[in-house]
Amino acid sequence: MDDWLIAIIKVVCIWVWVLLIAVVMTWVERRGAALIQDRPGPNRAGPWGLFQPLADGIKLFTKEEIIPTKAQKLLYIMGPLLFSVPAFSAYAVVPFGDKIILGGKEIILQVSDVNIGFLFILAIGSMAVYGVILGGWGSNNKYSILGGLRSTAQMVSYEVPLGLALLAIVFVYGTFSLRDISLAQQGTFLGFLPNWGIFKQPLGFILFIVAAYAEANRVPFDLPEAESEIVSGYHTEYGSMRLGLYLFGEYVNLVTISGVIVALYFGSWHMPYIDLGAYLGPISWGIVSFCIFFLKVSFFLWMFVWVRWTLPRFRYDQVMGLGWRGLIPLGLFNIFITALFIQLTV
Amino acid sequence: MNQNPTSQTSYEPGNYVTINIGPSHPSMHGTLRIAAVTDGETIVKADPEIGYLHRGVEKLGENLTYHQFIPITDRLNYCSAIPNNVSYEMAVEKLMGIEVPEKAQLIRVIMMELARIADHQVCIGILGVDLGAFTPFFYLIIQREEIYEIFEWFNGARLTNTFGRIGGVDADLPDDFEQRWEELKPGVRKANDETEKLLTHNRIWMDRTIGISAFSAEDALNWGFTGPCLRACGVKRDLRIDEPCCMYDKFKFEVPVGKNGDVFDRYIVRMIEMEESLKIIDQAYKLYKEMPPDAPLMARVPKVIKPPAGEVYSALESPNGELGFFVKSDGSANPYRIRIRPPCYMMFQALPELAEGEMVADLIACISSLNIIAGELDR
Repeated sequence: MDDWLIAIIKVVCIWVWVLLIAVVMTWVERRGAALIQDRPGPNRAGPWGLFQPLADGIKLFTKEEIIPTKAQKLLYIMGPLLFSVPAFSAYAVVPFGDKIILGGKEIILQVSDVNIGFLFILAIGSMAVYGVILGGWGSNNKYSILGGLRSTAQMVSYEVPLGLALLAIVFVYGTFSLRDISLAQQGTFLGFLPNWGIFKQPLGFILFIVAAYAEANRVPFDLPEAESEIVSGYHTEYGSMRLGLYLFGEYVNLVTISGVIVALYFGSWHMPYIDLGAYLGPISWGIVSFCIFFLKVSFFLWMFVWVRWTLPRFRYDQVMGLGWRGLIPLGLFNIFITALFIQLTV
Repeated sequence: MNQNPTSQTSYEPGNYVTINIGPSHPSMHGTLRIAAVTDGETIVKADPEIGYLHRGVEKLGENLTYHQFIPITDRLNYCSAIPNNVSYEMAVEKLMGIEVPEKAQLIRVIMMELARIADHQVCIGILGVDLGAFTPFFYLIIQREEIYEIFEWFNGARLTNTFGRIGGVDADLPDDFEQRWEELKPGVRKANDETEKLLTHNRIWMDRTIGISAFSAEDALNWGFTGPCLRACGVKRDLRIDEPCCMYDKFKFEVPVGKNGDVFDRYIVRMIEMEESLKIIDQAYKLYKEMPPDAPLMARVPKVIKPPAGEVYSALESPNGELGFFVKSDGSANPYRIRIRPPCYMMFQALPELAEGEMVADLIACISSLNIIAGELDR
């Protein structure tokens, strides 16, 4: 009974927390863009414009829902749901801290420590493609279908280098579980480098982050919604909260991706060179590890914003070329090198 | 990187999809419409259609007096109204045989070059936005605001300047022009510098622009290209040097020339031209300061302008290219006929040839880099 209660509390808490970060991210995106572009940005609603996402939410909820006459109603309605539900579920296996001991009970700060770990993320992440392509198809609009097709081709292609980068991680740590990988990143190796994934898999990290940007449809891979070419891509015909679900799902995806990057490559909740867990009590360490984890996550979230307002956009064939001719051979090479290294040293 | 998939895959024409880009589309500059027949993402045929912004400007001219037509010319290329005004005024002056005082000519040069910088800033900024790079647009547009401040403070208008009169200019440069100009110059240079850092050597930017919608010099001349787009093709033609008006022959400046006539060359030519325009303004202002303060600003012009019967064509180098006015007079107070030769009309005609075989995203880049302004396209 206790386990059930704890699980439910964890689910609700992390759901609310991810939701909150996604909401704040929409604000960070605009203020960050404004900071980069020499302008004030939204600064009217609340202190520093912090209530702007709230105002947007109210606007999206109160707008009239319009279904285009010739749209395929079922697919049109299902699209945003199919996109946003997987986005929320994927975070379930990503940790958000070490563990906390309450009343003699050890609680892992992770919704579920499943042994298939990031295979679950990959599987759930590829479900989002259905939301995009069905939404694009159901809208019965040429721009939408172009956006949907672009997005599908892109997400399916970049799943491969993403998987290859993760495979090399499995070679190194010998497990799929994100919690076990996080635990293994404590301490140092070679005497001076933190035991982090990025130092063991530098090429793998670059592959992963490039593929992750493409998976999240972010600049420079934002062609599914390139407003200058195909108006808004797959969500051209969407309005009110259906549009909101698409936009929101993207930010939730960003949180998940940043969480995975931190858990796999940036030492999860560990500080470099110092093991805070040894000095702090069980409860305070739980809180501190949570804070460390999300500080790192927020850095990667900021990087998404930073890159978005710096780079131009690729063209469709260039994205495909980079994926199939660049990243996949590199990913295979990375696996080969990793395997060779492990074979020689173990 | 610029492979053309049409050569390998060919579908039945029945499988082509016609995408209607415009007249209402985020990246159509004004109201243009292109019916693009696409094979997947590749453009098989791009059919431009014009006329959505037709206001009958030329016909309006027949019912207005010569001076009343100046505000109408503001609405041609609304990104840089001053060269339009000056070009029209010069045509009428040529018809009447009026010699404009040197001081007025210098003021015209200064204002026209400022307008050229503003126009190029908008063009490059929008090109960046259309290729997904939002930030340079803001750096450039902030500086364009500063230029518009100068316009505003010269005669109160920012966009539709109605600059000058037939026979000269109506007002002298305000007293603190020098201070404003010295403040503006580093800002413009800095914005250009930042844009250059963000775009020019950016790998993605180069892949997106080099070799896209390239045009040979011969084709460009046959289609009647002028201005930066012609110079990007490698033809060194600039009316400021070839047929100098307004004392342009007294200034030293370079005319940048490209090689391939692709989007990248058009972008680079515009970037360099902004720098050259800054130099021209410096020289013109130096000459202006040497003028006596009470030098005339207007030639002797009758109150009611009635040019002798006859016709004249006069053109100058507007930011987009050769902007010509043909004015025919029958001796009355209204023009008998006014015909405008806008630079981007000729370039828009070549769009099917420029866009064929490229991808949808390149079509957008192509339109932006040609700097098609619907106002002067449709008139």
